[in-house]
Amino acid sequence: MLVSYKWLQDYVDVSDISPEELAEKITRSGIEVEEVEKKGEKLKKIVVGHVLSCEEHPNSDHLKICQVDVGEEEPIQIICGAPNVAAGQKVIVALVGARIGGNIKIKRGKIRGEVSNGMICSLQELGFDGKVVPKEYADGIFVLPEDTQVGTDVFSLLNLDDAVLELSITANRADCMSMIGVAYETAAIFGKEVKLPAANVPVSEEKVSDYISVRSESDDCPIYTAKVIKNVKIGPSPLWLQNKLMAAGIRPHNNVVDITNYVLLEYGQPLHAFDYDRFGSKEVLVRKAYEGEKMVTLDGTERTLRQEDLVITNGKEPVALAGVMGGLDSEVRDDTTTVLLESAYFNGTSIRRTSRYHGLRSEASSRYERGIDPTRVRLAAERAAALIAELAGGEVLEGTVAHDELVVEPVTVKVELNKINNFLGTSLSLQEVEDIVKKLQFTYTLDNETFVIEIPSRRWDITIQEDMYEEIARLYGYDNIPTTLPEGQQTLGHLTPYQQKRRVVREVLEGAGLLQATTYSLTSKEKFGQFALQPAEPVELAMPMSEEHAILRDTVIPHLLDSIAYNRARKNADVGLFEIGKVYYGKGANVQPEEVEHLAGALTGLYVNHPWQGEKVTVDFYTVKGILETLFARLQLAQGIRYEKAEIDGMHPGQTAKVLLNDEVVGFLGKVHPTREKEYDVKNVFVFELDLGKLLNIESKSLTYTKIPKFPGITRDVAIVVDQGKSAGELKDIIVSAGGQLLKDVNVFDVYIGEKVEENKKSVAFTLRYSDTERTLTDDEVNQVHEKVVEALQNAGAELRM
Amino acid sequence: MKERLEELKLEALAKIESSQDLKQLNEVRVAYLGKKGPITEVLRGMGKLAPEERPVIGALANDVRAAIQEQIEAKQKVLEEQVIAEKLQKESIDITLPGRPVVQGNHHPLTKVIEEAENLFIGLGYTIAEGPEVETDYYNFEALNLPKDHPARDMQDSFYISEELLLRTHTSPMQARTMEKHEGKGPVKIIVPGKVYRRDDDDATHSHQFMQIEGLVVDEGIRMSDLKGTLALFAKKMFGEDRDIRYRPSFFPFTEPSVEIDISCKICNGDGCNVCKGTGWIEILGGGMVHPNVLRMSGFDPEKYTGFAFGIGVERIAMLRYGIDDIRHFYTNDVRFLKQFAPYES
Repeated sequence: MLVSYKWLQDYVDVSDISPEELAEKITRSGIEVEEVEKKGEKLKKIVVGHVLSCEEHPNSDHLKICQVDVGEEEPIQIICGAPNVAAGQKVIVALVGARIGGNIKIKRGKIRGEVSNGMICSLQELGFDGKVVPKEYADGIFVLPEDTQVGTDVFSLLNLDDAVLELSITANRADCMSMIGVAYETAAIFGKEVKLPAANVPVSEEKVSDYISVRSESDDCPIYTAKVIKNVKIGPSPLWLQNKLMAAGIRPHNNVVDITNYVLLEYGQPLHAFDYDRFGSKEVLVRKAYEGEKMVTLDGTERTLRQEDLVITNGKEPVALAGVMGGLDSEVRDDTTTVLLESAYFNGTSIRRTSRYHGLRSEASSRYERGIDPTRVRLAAERAAALIAELAGGEVLEGTVAHDELVVEPVTVKVELNKINNFLGTSLSLQEVEDIVKKLQFTYTLDNETFVIEIPSRRWDITIQEDMYEEIARLYGYDNIPTTLPEGQQTLGHLTPYQQKRRVVREVLEGAGLLQATTYSLTSKEKFGQFALQPAEPVELAMPMSEEHAILRDTVIPHLLDSIAYNRARKNADVGLFEIGKVYYGKGANVQPEEVEHLAGALTGLYVNHPWQGEKVTVDFYTVKGILETLFARLQLAQGIRYEKAEIDGMHPGQTAKVLLNDEVVGFLGKVHPTREKEYDVKNVFVFELDLGKLLNIESKSLTYTKIPKFPGITRDVAIVVDQGKSAGELKDIIVSAGGQLLKDVNVFDVYIGEKVEENKKSVAFTLRYSDTERTLTDDEVNQVHEKVVEALQNAGAELRM
Repeated sequence: MKERLEELKLEALAKIESSQDLKQLNEVRVAYLGKKGPITEVLRGMGKLAPEERPVIGALANDVRAAIQEQIEAKQKVLEEQVIAEKLQKESIDITLPGRPVVQGNHHPLTKVIEEAENLFIGLGYTIAEGPEVETDYYNFEALNLPKDHPARDMQDSFYISEELLLRTHTSPMQARTMEKHEGKGPVKIIVPGKVYRRDDDDATHSHQFMQIEGLVVDEGIRMSDLKGTLALFAKKMFGEDRDIRYRPSFFPFTEPSVEIDISCKICNGDGCNVCKGTGWIEILGGGMVHPNVLRMSGFDPEKYTGFAFGIGVERIAMLRYGIDDIRHFYTNDVRFLKQFAPYES
């Protein structure tokens, strides 16, 4: 809502308050003022000129040489390119030294050899939005009324000395979508009086009921009133009216249409003017449209209507889309002489649906959607009729025809002083509360310390005591409310074990050099199912905004690969990312999907890079595995973890392993398949994805100290040659089971494939550590056990390597 | 003999003095103090001396021996130090060369903000609640006093999955879910960090996915002043003690009264600039007193209980705090962006 500071004075005198102060106070008491615009501040030396003559420019096919009287001794010569400039016009002239919109300075100059001492301006050149400039002047200069005084400054003439406050109106304060509403709000803030406009209609001898009847067949139109004004002369509105509309962001059309818009702005009551002679009947019938019924709206578009659209008809066909837009056929034109004036109350929900469906938002629909004050339906019609009589020379027929079935229940709200204070944390006195209620101009009765407040229909947002608490709080000033913290029962703030461990997961991965990433949950259908351990039911958006974000992800890796590709394209070659985020498994229509938190990672490039000492370690399978092993150890899960070679969609079949926890698959790690890498435009990426819940929901044990062994252990190495297919894991299992109690630790220290062993064979070497916490082991004891180990390996097909 | 000893002493001391290294010094030691050395020889010839002379010469010989010994030790120390010094000299390195990198990752900036908020609210007795991102229409709207066709639903254009399911447009559904769990008994004190989704085209200031932190306190005797105090604490924690705070009435269907909080603009200190659109203030969060309808629908008696709720846009906080100019940075994961949030900050 754009509120002209000057216009506001018509309803509440705030001339003693600057526009800036007004804006700040209004903002602090409930309606945010987003901007205060002062067009005139940036302009200077712009006056009214009279075009005395207008000749063709000899060196141009479109420029004109104008002699313009600007109230000085001699007329000045101005070269003008506007198509509509003509001798005899009163125009806006920017003199030499003037500043116009866009901070442009006007200088003396020559245009194609002819002197130009100024500029004849369009409204756009003064900073007006092209959307509000009257259509006939939209592509040229603005022509002022003939009786305008030459040489006077245009500032007050065009209200350029006004300030316009842009109010951001929240859904509950639709009462402020009118000048009178804003006036009441302003009056409440500053404790002022509201002046309401008068509507004095001269009495006509003819009765409106002889011209028209109205009927509504729909509950969505509980009030419909019509007035008829005869002998209207259509023409431009006076400049003051045009100025007000333009300040409010509405383009002036003609006097009758402008008046309906003016009263809409004034009262917040939408009005519509039909050409009575083109209405097509003497009957207004409001009904629901027939499915597939067609009508052409004012914007020239043919609309196919639905059964739920409310329409105004002439008894036969629709003439207006109720509360949204009028019809083209019955629109007021230059030759209109009799006007049928509609003022009605339509159901907001109905209007909202129609407006949304047809993609049509108008000043009217935006007000109906949020609700209007039913008591202003008739008031606004009277006001508009009076103005049409005054400014368009019309004759208002006696009376109003109406369909009126709306029952307005009076609203009373009871509030008690101590409850107000308990709720707000304030210590307001009875007097302070009473003053606020008075400023709101609400009537009330006071019994002891209880107010029974009658809420006027203009404030339909107030229905319960909490609404009144808000009124009191905001007018008292939110800033004046004390600042406290909740008292009462103490609660223990804490993280759940899951949340604590999730922090540990981040700590470990970050400690391992990985950066935490965040990617989108919505993905493409193409990426859905990639890298999945098992097929999931998709969860798709009904109306996606793009193919990229059409479906909820079932794995995290695809977007991490996108992030790797994004970095690669920017020459960030060494990247290690992890993400903790949900994936979604469908459970059928209208059932909430299962949301599972995953931990995923992607690494590429160098893991260690210390160039001047020549230390470079490229990320490989074992880098990722090492990170996960560290994580599992930290989470006390290492004992139950096992890795199994696996084939997974999009993964390298030879470098991928499933991760099992207590024999249940919890995720996988490995290298991305080269074909998939190509699709993502990445290279040599190693990834992992784990079901975080399965890792973290296992209860952690408390730690108990284990004695440090007092007796030194004995280590023995064993090197064996086995088939290449034999895994180190299998060999280790053999060693561990043969090693018994004394064997404390087994570690691979060498793996060799090459010339020194047979083809298809490999050499693997282990270090075994034997010890006993109670005594020093003898060589003989260790030898005995170690021989068993060697024997077990040999039985499994291993050859001892010397 | 006496002369001979004196002579030997002078000779030895000169040789010690001129020794260049430990090897030479050792040769001197062997030559003068060894078993075949001249002093030993002198002592052997003592039998030829008169008995009264023997102790005198014996004592003298021992003195000479001790003096030489002492001198050798002193010289040895000097030479050893010299050796160490030379060794150290050789071992000298260029300390300006870079060290071996210990690569560390770090939190995403959004996590940084969320954890900081979590820690603050845990200290105030809150727990952290988490909830589904695919919500029912009931919890996302209706239980929050937003019945079907409520105009305020337009404020949050949503991604629907079916008639009844949508991606949550805010973290507020957890208000109703948590209150239901409490079965009408306070106190409830939670914050809810999480992802939310709205139909917005992604650009520098809009994202179809973003993060919020919801807060909810319901108990007997909760006042609007408690909301103010809590939010002031949060705002100052996030943006510093020196920020001014402005409370503005606002509207949310699920709170009444509602409030929005602005902080004084850090860039211009309240004078007005591009970032604050000339107002000197920047909006950072919204909240209010829980609407009695919301309490009632979730099983709390509004005559007995009151509460407050608030919602914080995490990206917005991070953008203001770190001066980030494009919301898309949070989701593209450029490592040059992510790494900037590694350092500790108070």
